[in-house]
Amino acid sequence: MKNQKIVIIDYGAGNVFSVKNALKAIGVEAIISDHPNEIQEADKVIFPGVGAAGNAMNQLNNKNLIEIIPALRQPVLGICLGMQLLMDFSEEDNTSCLGIISGSVKKFKPFSGLRVPHMGWNSVSFSKEHRLFQGWKGGEWVYFVHSYYVAGNPFTIGITEYQDSFTSVLEKENFIGVQFHPEKSAESGLRLIQNFIELY
Amino acid sequence: MTASTLAKRIIPCLDVKNGRTVKGVHFESLRDAGDPVALAAHYACAGADELVFLDISATLENRKTLLDLVSNVATEVYIPFTVGGGISSESDVYSLLRAGADKISINSSAIRSPELIERLALNFGAQCIVVAIDARPDECGIWKVYSHGGTQNAGLDLFEWAVRAQDFGAGEILFTAMSKDGTQSGYATEALAQLHDIIQIPIIASGGAGTKEDFLNVFTSGKADAALAASLFHFGLLSISELKSYLKDNKIPIRC
Repeated sequence: MKNQKIVIIDYGAGNVFSVKNALKAIGVEAIISDHPNEIQEADKVIFPGVGAAGNAMNQLNNKNLIEIIPALRQPVLGICLGMQLLMDFSEEDNTSCLGIISGSVKKFKPFSGLRVPHMGWNSVSFSKEHRLFQGWKGGEWVYFVHSYYVAGNPFTIGITEYQDSFTSVLEKENFIGVQFHPEKSAESGLRLIQNFIELY
Repeated sequence: MTASTLAKRIIPCLDVKNGRTVKGVHFESLRDAGDPVALAAHYACAGADELVFLDISATLENRKTLLDLVSNVATEVYIPFTVGGGISSESDVYSLLRAGADKISINSSAIRSPELIERLALNFGAQCIVVAIDARPDECGIWKVYSHGGTQNAGLDLFEWAVRAQDFGAGEILFTAMSKDGTQSGYATEALAQLHDIIQIPIIASGGAGTKEDFLNVFTSGKADAALAASLFHFGLLSISELKSYLKDNKIPIRC
């Protein structure tokens, strides 16, 4: 399992090294790359994301990755903005995204004292049978930091409450997305990454 | 399963000078509080929700020391951390985020040029741009903002500046009540509550933590989203686990 080739897509997103460090903590040496061939040849791909949608899509375009990512057939884990970019469209900078999953990314509306961004530790409601959550008992805290969210979706497998419930985990075929940052969610997050590496 | 709730955050702050953790009273009389990487790992294990590193010796010569520190912390801790001190450009932010920081905090450079907030938010996302504000009340009780490590009156009103920082794209405000800093006499809860009511982004309260009750007050009366403290954690006056179980017993949503 530990001999898999894991590639973290490098398109200028800030958290690539945090993701690499988290993988190292579970014994996996990942490669950070923006090279289409390297990404295509990976056993698993991690699509990180910290930043703004418009700028991120520009970077993906500059690196000729916009056609490459949707065509990947190996397991792909999108994190935070990396999950949002899997959708059709984001209200952030009115950005057309990768279109792998139908639906749009909306902005949280601040009202009645609700803070935006949704920033800090919150929990995920999920189906215990799902392999991505193996080892989670329920009530695990994970770290979120985002102003935009994916609403309920046919591919939702985990939800979190903030204002209303939103999609915190989704899965369509080989594409998995998590709105929180598993690389920054202490043991619970490392376990989820380990599940992605070992059970997919 | 019950509905999820966003937890209030407990944030140890590490003031760093020449690669060591220090802590002063009223920004002066610095005392050595240890190796920042070891302290960071200790706090992460102890249940800290996030960490803040402020490079108070921020100069060009120290930039590399800071980057090394950030990457060392990033390989040791798997919780979010913010880095501040002397950040004034996109390239500063880029290199700190690449080294493993999750958020960056700007203060004097944002006062000098508020457009910097906008540019950083556009390039890196508002969620990783923290605007730190140091303020204290003048003799008439008006909260005035200070820059350059609390040494220069910036000629700004705390509340007006916080709203402008938010409008320029700040993702969070770190408000330090200078009059409280290092005194362990309680947070500036009234000013915090007022700030809460006029801005919509999260607020980290800083300055004055001395007892468990101070944290309870800052989350209830002060309506803060997160509470930062340094001395009482560094010098072992209060443990994070004891604090968290007290807050949980008092019905504050907390990650335990």
